[in-house]
This record gives sequence, C-alpha cells and structure tokens, in this order.
Amino acid sequence: MRYSRKGLLALGLAATLLVLPACSKKNEPAGGGATEVEVFSWWSGPGEGEGLAALIEDFKKNNPNVTFTNAAVAGGSGTQARQALATRLLQGQPPDSYQLHAGKEAASDIKDGRLEDITYLYDQNGWKDKFPKGLMDNLTIDGKIYAVPVNIHRSNLLWFSPKKLTEWGIAAPPKTWSEFLTQAATLQAKGVKPISVGQTWTQMHLLENVLLGELGVPKYNGLWDGTTDWKSAEVVAALDTFKKVMAVAVVGTDDWQPTIDKVVAGTAAYNVMGDWAAGYLQGPKALKYKTDYDVVASPGTTGVYNFLSDSFTLPKNAPHKAAAEAWLKECASTTGQDLFNPKKGSVPARLDADKSKYTDYLAWALQEWQNPSTIIVGSLVHGVVANNAWKSEIEKAYGVFFTGKDSAKFGAAVSTAYGANK
Amino acid sequence: MSRRIRTWGPGLLLVSPSLALLLVFVYGFIGWNGLVSFTQWKGLNPTYVVEGFDNYTYLFRDETFRNDVRNLVVFTVVFMVGSLVLGFFMALLLDKGVRGETFLRSIYLFPMAISFIATGIVWRWLLNSDRDVGTTGINKLFELVGLGFLHSDWHKTPSALAIAAIALPAGWALSGYVMSLFLAGLRGIPEELREAARVDGANERRVYWYVVRPLLLPVLMSAVVILAHISLKTFDLIYAIAPLDPRTETPALYMWLTSFRGGFFARGAAIATMLFFAIALVIVPYIWYTVRAERRK
Repeated sequence: MRYSRKGLLALGLAATLLVLPACSKKNEPAGGGATEVEVFSWWSGPGEGEGLAALIEDFKKNNPNVTFTNAAVAGGSGTQARQALATRLLQGQPPDSYQLHAGKEAASDIKDGRLEDITYLYDQNGWKDKFPKGLMDNLTIDGKIYAVPVNIHRSNLLWFSPKKLTEWGIAAPPKTWSEFLTQAATLQAKGVKPISVGQTWTQMHLLENVLLGELGVPKYNGLWDGTTDWKSAEVVAALDTFKKVMAVAVVGTDDWQPTIDKVVAGTAAYNVMGDWAAGYLQGPKALKYKTDYDVVASPGTTGVYNFLSDSFTLPKNAPHKAAAEAWLKECASTTGQDLFNPKKGSVPARLDADKSKYTDYLAWALQEWQNPSTIIVGSLVHGVVANNAWKSEIEKAYGVFFTGKDSAKFGAAVSTAYGANK
Repeated sequence: MSRRIRTWGPGLLLVSPSLALLLVFVYGFIGWNGLVSFTQWKGLNPTYVVEGFDNYTYLFRDETFRNDVRNLVVFTVVFMVGSLVLGFFMALLLDKGVRGETFLRSIYLFPMAISFIATGIVWRWLLNSDRDVGTTGINKLFELVGLGFLHSDWHKTPSALAIAAIALPAGWALSGYVMSLFLAGLRGIPEELREAARVDGANERRVYWYVVRPLLLPVLMSAVVILAHISLKTFDLIYAIAPLDPRTETPALYMWLTSFRGGFFARGAAIATMLFFAIALVIVPYIWYTVRAERRK
C-alpha cells in the first residue's frame, strides 16, 4: 500500500499541472472604458519602424483609453511576418488588425473567411472618393473592400550615386536593360559590380522589373491574368535578359538594407529596390537626394508606376473590434498618413494629403503618382498581382531557375502553377 | 489478481501522466500529420478528405524537393564525418592525458551549448565571401596569412557543395559532444585489458585497433544515431546562415516555406512524414540493436 499511496500522490500532482494552464486568464471583451488593440505588422526596420512609432503616438493621443500593442515581426517585405500570422489565424486567434499588401495578397484570407468586409467604414467616413480610383479598383474584391491603405510604394526604381557615376565616366543611368548591359562592361573593367542584389525576394523584385521593362505594360499585366503566355518566346527572352543581369550582379544573402549599402559604398553601381530605400537613405544614412544618391525609373519603365500599398485589415473575430476600427480610422486619416509616410519613404494613399510634407524624392514620387498620364501596374513580390499560393509556387520555381538557369523551364513551371492556383 | 495489480499498478500510475501526454502530443500528432499528408488541405481552412498519394507523387517529381534531398545528403555526410573525426581525435588527445583536461573538456563542449541560431549568425560572418574591402571572417584570415588564393565562396558556390559549407559550423558545434561520448567510452575500457595486450607484445597501434576499437563500437553507434537525427532535423542553422537560399535549402526548410507561405499544408505534411520515416530508418535499427544487446546480457 505504501507504494500506491505515493503513486496516487504523484498522479494527483500531475493532474494539477495539467489543469493549471486551463485556468489562465481569458481576454476581457472590449468594453466602453479602457481597452487594448493589438496591431500586427512587419514594420520594425530602420525608417519603417520610426514611421509606425509616429503613427502609434498620434493614435494614442486620439484614443487615450486604448493600450496599444505593437506586434511587429521583423523581416524584409513581410516574408517572416506572414508565417507568424498564418499560425495565429489557424489557431483562430487573430490580432485586432494586421498588415497586408493591397491586392491579391488578401484573396486567400477572404476566400477562407478570415477578413471582415469593411465597406461600411468607407461609407460612414466618406473615404471612397479620398483615394485614387486605380487604387480603389485594386482594393475592391467582388464589390467589397477589406483593407485600409496607408501608403503607396513604387517598386520600379533604379538607385545610384550620381557622384560615383561621373567618376566612373557614365553620363546617365541606363534607359533600357540592353543599355545597362553595355554600361556593365565599362563598370566591370573599372572593378565595379554593375548591380547589387540580396536575398531571394530582392532578386525577384529585380525580376519583376526586368519583365516589366522588357515586355512593356500590356504584356506585363497579361502575365498575371493569364493573357500573356509564360512559355512564349518573348517571356523566355525577357527571362534570358534577367539572367544576363544576374550574371554581372554581386549576389548576397542579405536583406535589402546591406544590399543598397553597396551602392552607397561605391562597390556596386546600381540597385533596383522599392522607394522604402529613400526613407532609409535619407534617415539612418543621412544622405542628400540628387547629390549623394539619386533615383530614376528602372530601365524601360519611364512613366510607369509599379505600385504596392501597405494596408490594414479587420480580421473576423478580432478581440477588440471597436479599438481596431479606431486604428483603421487613424490609418486612413490625413494626419496619420502625413505622419507616417515621410518617415517610411512612401507617398500617402489619400489624395488630400499635405503636399508640403513631402520633399526630395517623395515630392517627385507624389507628382508621378498623381500625374494623370502615369500608367499604374501592380507588383508581384509585394502581393498586388498574385495570390499567396501562386506566389509561393513562383518563388519555388525561381529557386530552380536560380540554380539551373533554364528560362523555358521556369516559364513552364510558373504557367502550370497559375493553372493550379487560380 | 489484486496482488498483481499492487505490484505493477503504482508504477503504471506513476508513468501514466507522461504516457498520456506522449500519446496525445507525440504519437497523436504524428498520426494526424500522416492523415493531413493524404488530403488536399490548402489555405487556412483544414479539409480531412483523404485523396491518396497525390502529395507524395508530386514531391517525387518536384525538382525543388529532389534538390533539397540531395542537399540534405551532402549536409549529413559532411556533418557526420566531420564531427565524428574531429570528436574522436579530440577524445584521443584528451585520453592520452593533458594538463588541465577538465578545462579543455568544457571548452570543447561549449559550442554545443550555444543555440544554432547564434552559431549561424556568427558563422554567416565567418563565411562571408565578399572580396576586397568587404572581406571578413575566414577569408580575411586566409588573406592575413598570405593564403589569399584559398578565398572561397562557401555557401554561395553554385554547386552541390554549397550546403557543405553550412555543415562545417554544424560539425564544429557538435564535435565537442562527440568527443565527450568517445572520451567516456575510452575511459570505460579497463586499463587491465590494454595492459594485457601490451604484455602480449602488442604495440600502441595494435592496442587501439584490436582492443579499443571493438569496445568503442557501441559508442560510435550512439554517436551516429544522435548525429543523423540532428542532421535530418536541422533548420535553424541553415535559416540563420542563408535564409531562403535555394542553394542550401533542405526538406525541413521546404516543408516550412510551402506550408506557411503558400498555405500548402498537405504538401508540408507529406514532407514531414517523409522526414519522419527517414529518421525512423536510422533509429529503429538502433533500438532493435540495443534491445538485443540488453537481452544478451
């Protein structure tokens, strides 16, 4: 009997341990008084982190009763955040609001019933005519709106140091990719790497802009809706051009900041990156626009705005819905957008934002964005034109393309994946 | 009957909580994962309709998966051979008797205490392959001692050997552990046996080959099994050194990427199941061997 009593005691202890976690505190429902809001984003790097902080500060001023939880997950372009978020959505524990790229990136979340239709917020606050029509078209999915855009970014930009270019005897940045390859020979002779790229997503960022530059707008748009054949000769030729560009590039495994640092340091001549680079170069790097760094549309894309937009959503079953709505209102407000965007290095999504706040690069970007003759297309890497499933299959195929260098096979793989994940 | 319950009952009660936890959280989830691998679950809403072996046939035809398996094989071979040879060598040296052995032992063992993520961050810098001003780490060291021609691209080489560069830090981290295993094995060999061999006229080499080697075989077996299953599961180290690089991707990384980026959960589960069987392939014979060895005693 002696033994069994001890055994029972141990069992009792073990049972207590099992039950304990179940007693932990549940979240209180959002009441009228003090509440909280948890906002999930991937803004933690230099530039974007400061922008988010400014936005949060203004939110706290307007909503003193709400405790703000900043659930930012580090990692370029949201690649890491998306995985952390998927786990939470699967568990049915969404944050109060999470960041998404406007466009097809939301498609699977909407199809799986994870996002609330927030058209009513647009109607109540009269936002519908505050945003440009091209953007509203991309936000509307089956007649409903699911996200509030905070900013507009441009993907198709070529960054360089004007002083260094003169030093290397190059008069102007290239207008086409073939001109780039000619310049590349000159640069290599001088011991300079013509272009820098980093992690896989930065390579694909370059890829989409080479495709845009080589194929032109209508064919580029066709890549994403099935009207341009990925297996066709022109697409394969454009992929071959990309291969030639990669062949002269310095390929790292870093995120975009150390990659563009190579242009600042003068070891590489060009870098294709989105305009978040402007926030980074002006802020932490303290460089001057036009003198220390300069930027033009990437080769072959003058007058085209390859856009992406960060937006916030209202998940179904958000624990603090009222506070989340307050956050979305903050994101859509002129004050909020004007606080956030100059720091992040993007232009405001709202048309009535204070133009005087946007100087240097951003003044030019805002002017290009609002210019009626500018053609707007959407970015692949940044979630505008492909849903998550197809995009991840393209990334996978890119891995094989990167090592095997077979353009035709890559085109065929992307084409098959499109059919399977429409 | 009640007497018999009294003898094994308390013992069973004592282990039953952990047994229940194991059943649910280990074996239950292995089974659940196996089930998912036969479905077409894609996106955030699970489906449990069994569709058959589609995911497996897809993977065997998938070039990414084949590359990943090849990478894993290269990684496992370099990692295991490296840490076994290095670990055994260190154990031999320590066994010969050096001053401050305890101190040295801890020094060799410490790399294992560091998390793979931290090891990865440090080795990413050590394996930097930038040229000229950007040179750091091992390549810089080569340059300093006048061996600049040894400059290597490490994990950025466009060949199957890229992953071997990442096996270096893994081998480095685990070699101290292998050393301690072998050292314990060497110490476990009674000095009398060696003495007897020496008395019979065996030289030191023959003592090691005919006396020490056979007695170390069980230790080698455990070391191989432990290293093999670590190798198949390695994720953090590769992710920290070369995140999302197709040249150094392994099935463990592919599983995670395809599940959480594209939402192909069924495909991820199929990869997980195959990894599980690959590990079982190593561990089951080992368990069988030890059980038989126990029984013989």
